[in-house]
Amino acid sequence: MLRYSLKRLISLVLSLVVASLVIFLVIEVAPGDPASFMLGINAQPDTVAALRSELGLDVPKWQRYLDWAGGMLIGDFGTSYTYRTPVSEMIADRLWVSLPLALFALTISTLVAFPAGIYAASRRGRAGDAAVMGATQLGVAIPNFWFAMMMVLVFAINLRWFSAGGFAGWDKGILAGLHSLTLPAISLALPQAAILARVMRSSLLDILGEDFMRTARAKGLSRGQALWRHGVRNALIPVLTIIGLQFSFLLAGAIIIEQVFYLPGLGRLVFQAISSRDLIVVESVVMLLVFSVITVNFVVDLAYALVDPRLRRRS
Amino acid sequence: MKPISSLAFASAIALAASLGAAQAQGDLTVALQLEPPHLDPTSAAAGAIDSVVYSNIFEGLTRFMGDGSIVPGLAESWEISEDGLSYTFRLREGVTFHDGTAMDAEDVKFSLDRARAEDSVNAQKALFEAISEVEVVDPLTVKLTLSEANGLLLFNLAWGDAVIVAPESIADIKTNPVGTGAFKFVDWVQGDRIEIARNPDYWGTPAVLDTATFKFISDPTAAFAAVMAEDVDVFSAFPAPENLPQFEADPRFQVLVGSTEGETILATNNKQPPFDDIRVRQALAHAIDRQSIIDGAMFGLGIPIGTHFAPHHPAYVDLTGKSGYDPDKARALLAEAGLADGFETTLHLPPPSYARRGGEIVAAQLAEVGIKAEIINVEWAQWLESVFRGKNFGLTIVSHTEPMDIGIYARPDYYFQYDNKAFQDVMAELNRTTDEARRTELLQQAQTIIADDYVNGYLFELAFPTVAKVGVQGLWLNAPTQATDLTAVSWAQ
Repeated sequence: MLRYSLKRLISLVLSLVVASLVIFLVIEVAPGDPASFMLGINAQPDTVAALRSELGLDVPKWQRYLDWAGGMLIGDFGTSYTYRTPVSEMIADRLWVSLPLALFALTISTLVAFPAGIYAASRRGRAGDAAVMGATQLGVAIPNFWFAMMMVLVFAINLRWFSAGGFAGWDKGILAGLHSLTLPAISLALPQAAILARVMRSSLLDILGEDFMRTARAKGLSRGQALWRHGVRNALIPVLTIIGLQFSFLLAGAIIIEQVFYLPGLGRLVFQAISSRDLIVVESVVMLLVFSVITVNFVVDLAYALVDPRLRRRS
Repeated sequence: MKPISSLAFASAIALAASLGAAQAQGDLTVALQLEPPHLDPTSAAAGAIDSVVYSNIFEGLTRFMGDGSIVPGLAESWEISEDGLSYTFRLREGVTFHDGTAMDAEDVKFSLDRARAEDSVNAQKALFEAISEVEVVDPLTVKLTLSEANGLLLFNLAWGDAVIVAPESIADIKTNPVGTGAFKFVDWVQGDRIEIARNPDYWGTPAVLDTATFKFISDPTAAFAAVMAEDVDVFSAFPAPENLPQFEADPRFQVLVGSTEGETILATNNKQPPFDDIRVRQALAHAIDRQSIIDGAMFGLGIPIGTHFAPHHPAYVDLTGKSGYDPDKARALLAEAGLADGFETTLHLPPPSYARRGGEIVAAQLAEVGIKAEIINVEWAQWLESVFRGKNFGLTIVSHTEPMDIGIYARPDYYFQYDNKAFQDVMAELNRTTDEARRTELLQQAQTIIADDYVNGYLFELAFPTVAKVGVQGLWLNAPTQATDLTAVSWAQ
């Protein structure tokens, strides 16, 4: 187990180094100098040069890479070119919106998907199953930004139950904060719930065909009891994997929804940073997301090994 | 709910909570499309900075009014020497910065010297080029010495890039701006909003509003929703002209359509063949139907221009007749230039909708006369690098939003690379001239020269649409500079 973990750890570190190099190179190679972008079309060449040196853009690329990568090791992501505040602070601020939003969306999607998937599996081939399957098909197919706009139209413009966007801030109370995240969370949750419900259903159907389910029925459990006590629990393993993947996606993939609802989240930060050539912010946020995905995978790998002894022995 | 600053307001809270809209009377929420990168107007070109701080937080020696005129700001009066080489400004008494320190001649010297210093990062450093020395005569008197007369000095000093800042607060100006304006900076939640509140110690007419909040909504659909849901009271420079008729028809809103200093042009690379041939450039001009671009891309918002000059300016000459829509004439001119079969070129389009939508129409109109323009969509950073600095383009559409910027045609190395000695002489004389009548004459000459040379395709003056709730009054109709001046804004009783 120790050797296996060490091997995974080395591969994790290597992945991070390669990822940081790729991110840095790809973003730095793209055309557009941050200093001349900030100073606009009337700037004189000496002004641009002065700003480049103020931003530290005049040092060689390899040195900037080392400074950036080295700084990240101790949690220092550098200073944003445009905002001139530490990138780590900006990311922390935005996480206070993005993280709760992702969790909120995940909660909604789980609460919707579990009952729907279980119900569909238990009514396999009948009208209820078809209805749920049809609905999830629609949920996967509808683009979430369109769904978001429709919700704004109904709940913000017509009914006035919610604001059309923006974030009230946690300092106005948890309820006010959650209230302003409700429509975005539902929009994000919709396709996720649809996918999750389908996975839940098919995973449960696989389990229902297993021998131990027949044994459970033979012991005298009713169909429903067997489903609950033995079926659902076993079906959860692939479902939890999907939920883990969805969480990274929700954190990183809320860019469009954050635009639609003008939320001050991580996605909007990246969006603004890309258009203003705030390279260091883009690099750092992307790196952070890569780090979280790689780390989640690492933990999942270890968890698999714990659960499945065959994996340990093979290594 | 916004932070509560006044006692009177606090006592009204219970009522306001139940009435919703009633709480808004001392408060205003203004939406803008772009969030400023930081709040120092003297070290970046981003117009979004001025949109928040100009006149509200920071003031200069002179200032723009909503009608474009220049009036005294922190300087209450000035004297100009006979030869136009020295300006003596008398500052207002009793002006303080928001941190309580006094605003005096030393601050003016500090601000101007900082802007024109060697290592200055002022995006409009050229505004201060003529100044050779800034002298403190006494605490309320500053003398500017110029190396050559400059008819535009008072105008230049009104720009957001020339506002007066204090050495005491300069270190944190980007996140905590301390100015002399009628509003104080309160808070900035990055990515979401900026809050300002009335400055009770303001030297001039105090602001009417207690507080104001700027919100940043970049997506046009979200902008529409935010106004319709009444989340915001005002949307300045509303990004979706196609929605304006709907607001006009809605009794809850008023729509103000003013003009800007943005000349939108089909910029042409004058050094790149075949555009180095004036007949080809003239053919371009006649191939374009401005009104259909304004109607198709801007939903009717925008005033046709025939030269690079704002139509609302008193010295404007209407030269649109020189480049009327006439595809037959365009074809004939091309044939004359030996291009009867047309030619291929590139059309680089930056992100704003005037360019992206307008570009499609322009390309279609050019195709009518045989010019195949390949559309290349670019981001601003790319545009600056390849088109503006690299001069690697045939055609591009861009709006030049700086006020009074006809002088760019006197710079042969400017991206459209127009080099005409006669024009440069006119501009040189204009710079030296302070007499208004003569200046007007020279400006009109300049406009005519560039119209006759068909330097660029002159399309239209960008409009400035504002959507506001009924009852909001005192907003600027036009945008002589990028600003959302809230100092005179109030709710009708």
